Parts: sequence; C-alpha cells; structure tokens
Amino acid sequence: MTTDALIDIKGVTHAYQTAEGPLPVLDNLNVSVNEGGFAAVVGPSGCGKSTLTRLIAGLMKPDTGEVWLHGARVKSPRSTVGMAFQNPVLLEWRSILKNVMLPLEIVPTKLTNTQKEDRARELLSLVGLEGFEDKRPSELSGGMRQRASLCRSLVHKPEVLILDEPFGALDAFTREDLWQTMHALRAEEPFTGVLITHDLRESIFLADQVLVLSGRPATTQYVMDIPTDAPRTLDDLYTPEAAERLNVLRHQIEIAQGRASDEGEAA
Amino acid sequence: MVRKFAVPFIAVLVFLGVWEALVWINEWPNFVMASPSDLPAAYSKYWNLFLIMGWQTLWRTVVGLLLAVVFGVALGMIMGFSRTMRDALYPLLVGFNAIPKATVVPIVALLFVGAHDLNTVLIAFMISFFPIAVSVSIGLSTLEPEYRDILRSLGASQATIFWKIALPKTLPEFFGALKVAVTLAFIGTNLMEIVSPHGRGLGALFDSGKTNADYPLMFAVLIALAFLGIVLYYVVVALEKVFAGWAERQPT
Repeated sequence: MTTDALIDIKGVTHAYQTAEGPLPVLDNLNVSVNEGGFAAVVGPSGCGKSTLTRLIAGLMKPDTGEVWLHGARVKSPRSTVGMAFQNPVLLEWRSILKNVMLPLEIVPTKLTNTQKEDRARELLSLVGLEGFEDKRPSELSGGMRQRASLCRSLVHKPEVLILDEPFGALDAFTREDLWQTMHALRAEEPFTGVLITHDLRESIFLADQVLVLSGRPATTQYVMDIPTDAPRTLDDLYTPEAAERLNVLRHQIEIAQGRASDEGEAA
Repeated sequence: MVRKFAVPFIAVLVFLGVWEALVWINEWPNFVMASPSDLPAAYSKYWNLFLIMGWQTLWRTVVGLLLAVVFGVALGMIMGFSRTMRDALYPLLVGFNAIPKATVVPIVALLFVGAHDLNTVLIAFMISFFPIAVSVSIGLSTLEPEYRDILRSLGASQATIFWKIALPKTLPEFFGALKVAVTLAFIGTNLMEIVSPHGRGLGALFDSGKTNADYPLMFAVLIALAFLGIVLYYVVVALEKVFAGWAERQPT
C-alpha cells in the first residue's frame, strides 16, 4: 500500500449523527497530494470541506475508508500537522511571539527556549511582522493577525499544513497580499498543503492541484492540475489561461450545486 | 492620576454634603436619619469595637468568598465541560439561588448550633458562589472549537487545553463574576450576624445600635460596611489587572 503521495485519502465515507438520523457528508472521497504539493479544495457551501480537514488532522475518524499521512494511517491527532482557520484564534493574553511559539510548547522538541524564540522570530519576519513580536493580537489588523496565525501553524515544521479558508474574512487587497505571503512561505518552508477555499482565483493562484467536491455528500468531482513552472505573480491571474481555468472551475461548481448538468455547455 | 483619585474623592464629599444638607433642611431627628456629622462621634466612641468586629466581618467574608471561588470554579468546570451535567445541574442551581438566603439563616443556625464562625462563612459562601459557577461554565462552554482544534491537532491532552487556553480565556468572565460575588458575600455575612444572636461582627454592632436606640451607631456601621466592601472590591480589581489585564482594550 505504498504510494508517493504524502496525503492519501482513500474511499472515505462519513456521516454525522443528528436528531433526524445520519447526515452523510462525505461519500467515497479520494484525495491524494504529493510531498511538497499544494492542493486547493473548492465546492459548494456545507459540502463537507471542513470535515475533510478534521479527518486529515486526525481530529475525527471516518466511518469507512482510510486516511494516510506519509505512509502511516491516521487514527488520532499527530504533531506533524499545522492548522489555520478563517478565525485566526490567537490567544489574546499572549504576545504575538508567544502565540507563534505555542505549538512548540506542545510538540516534543529538542529546541532550547532561545532556539524556539529564534524560530518564531524568523517566521514572523518572513511574513512581514518584524517589530510586532511583543504586541498583543488586539493591537494588530485582521490581515496581520492572520499572518501571525500562519506562522503559528508552521513554527513546528509540520509535514502537512491545513488551511481552512484562512483568507475568507479579509478584504480583497489584504487577501492578495496574503496570497503572496503564502508563496514566500512555500519558497522557504517545506510543507505539503491543503487549502479549503471558496475563492476560485485563490485556488488557481496558490495551488498546483484544484479539487472540486460535489454537493453533499461530497465526492471528488473534478481535479485540475496547474503547472508550476515559474514563480506566480498576481498578473498571472489576468491571462487567457487563467480565465479559461476559472471558467472550467466555475462550471464544475455549478454542476456541484446542481445548477448545471455535465452534458451542458462545458467551457 | 488626578482624575483617578480626585474625582471619586470629590464624589464622596458631594454625597456626604447632600446627605448632611437633607437632614438639616428637613430637620430630621437622629432616630429618623442620622447625619454624617454624627458619625465621627460614633466612631471615636466605639473605635475598638469597630476594629474588632470589622475584622470579624472581613475575615469571615473573605473565607466565604474563597470557598465560593473554589466551589464555584469546580462546579463551573463540570458544567462547562459536560452538556449532561449542565442540563442536570442548572435547574438545581437556579432553584437554590432563588431561595432568599434570609430563610436559610435560621436553618443553618439550627444545623450547626453555636458554630457562629462556620455558620457565617457558610451563608457568605452560599450567597456568592452562583455567579462564579455560571460565569465559569459559560466561559468554558462558549470556547470556540477552533481554539480546541489548534491544540488537539498537535496531540495536546484535555488538561493542557484547559491550562493553556480554556482557563486564561475564562478569566475575564471569572473576574466579572467575582466583583458581583464580593458584595454578595458581604450581604451574606451580615445577614447571619444581624439575624443570629451571637454578638460578633459589624452586623452584631448594628443590631446593638438598634436595641440601644443609638441611631448614629447604626449609620456608622453601614458606612463601615460600605468602606470594607469598597476595599475588597478594589482588591479584586487589582487582581483582575494582574491576571486578566489583557482583556482591557486600550482606548484609541
């Protein structure tokens, strides 16, 4: 059962138990992301994307199917995962530096306190937060808080970075800034990423593989590979190729929402 | 600095001035309402009693309050972490809180006859643990799931999540409740001291003022109680600044 995929989700089916009976959210879902790859997952609202992140993080177990990370089956949380959410969930009583250092207090590490601090400072300067180390989260803007949250999710050098709509609550300009920050982070930090998003432009700008999930219960409906030959710039979003990709994805989302059929006027 | 100390001080002076003026203008005799100018005489006459009884009231209130903190936090944790326990305990807790504590005083007094310190501490405790338990349980149960997930995904234990996130995040609510509980505990202590005839505490001094028709003494006791209440309240405020000062937003 060995593949070169770092994240391998095989035939996962899951249902939540509710008062009205089981609510199926994932149906025979297959996702595989190579080491160092970055996959974006898009799909209609409430289709089970967040459930997928919780499965990869080991926060819950699927009813059937298997989740594999780096050749090991995931059954419980593993410290090789980093998470960031739409809500930056920084601890208001800690400085930005101490917030970023939080995972290093949990994960077993051989680093000394000084090394931990250096590691956090290095990441903070990478995302442009140099000079804000001693500020409290409440003193920072929304975009800066999200940058700090990204640093926290990477500080323990996780193999897998799980991003659950981390830029969803930001204004358009801040969001584009953060996209570029993500590319800067990827250039410096080796990780395999899964990004949940509602923004198709975000998905093609950041990822090298875009997965479209069908409506609930979600299954993998469409996979688009995006070649990563050159460093991407925001200008790349306004090329004919980008427009073409966005069109295809938009159409796939319409299918997932049940608003268009497969035989329709596929772009 | 001037605003912080001068303004409240002036407010107290204005309050005393209005009180004095009201008594003078209406020509109320002492048995209707004593005036602030009667109080220094009462304090200088009974200063040793004020010290002794004030101390008795103070320490029993503080012990009752500490018990309320320990018990209230424990109860709040149980209700905050378990939905079942929350559903089970809430009606009991609300019902218990709805019982006027004045009616509990004779019951407790009969239950532990003669154990005056214990009785008083018990009433102070019973009247003040409710807000603490409720605020801690709400603080814990409204913790956003993402906070939990951030630590759980790293393999942190429930205890670690509690110490690193749940507890500090609940502190602002806890101190809010503690400010309410402080004044409640004073009410509890005095309830016992006034109703139960043991002759201890400021409540007993108030009672003796009543039986001896020494009206200025009664008012002097009330002011002394208010003073103790203010002192304890600001002790809590100081603790809040130390432990939950981060929750205070800087004015921009």
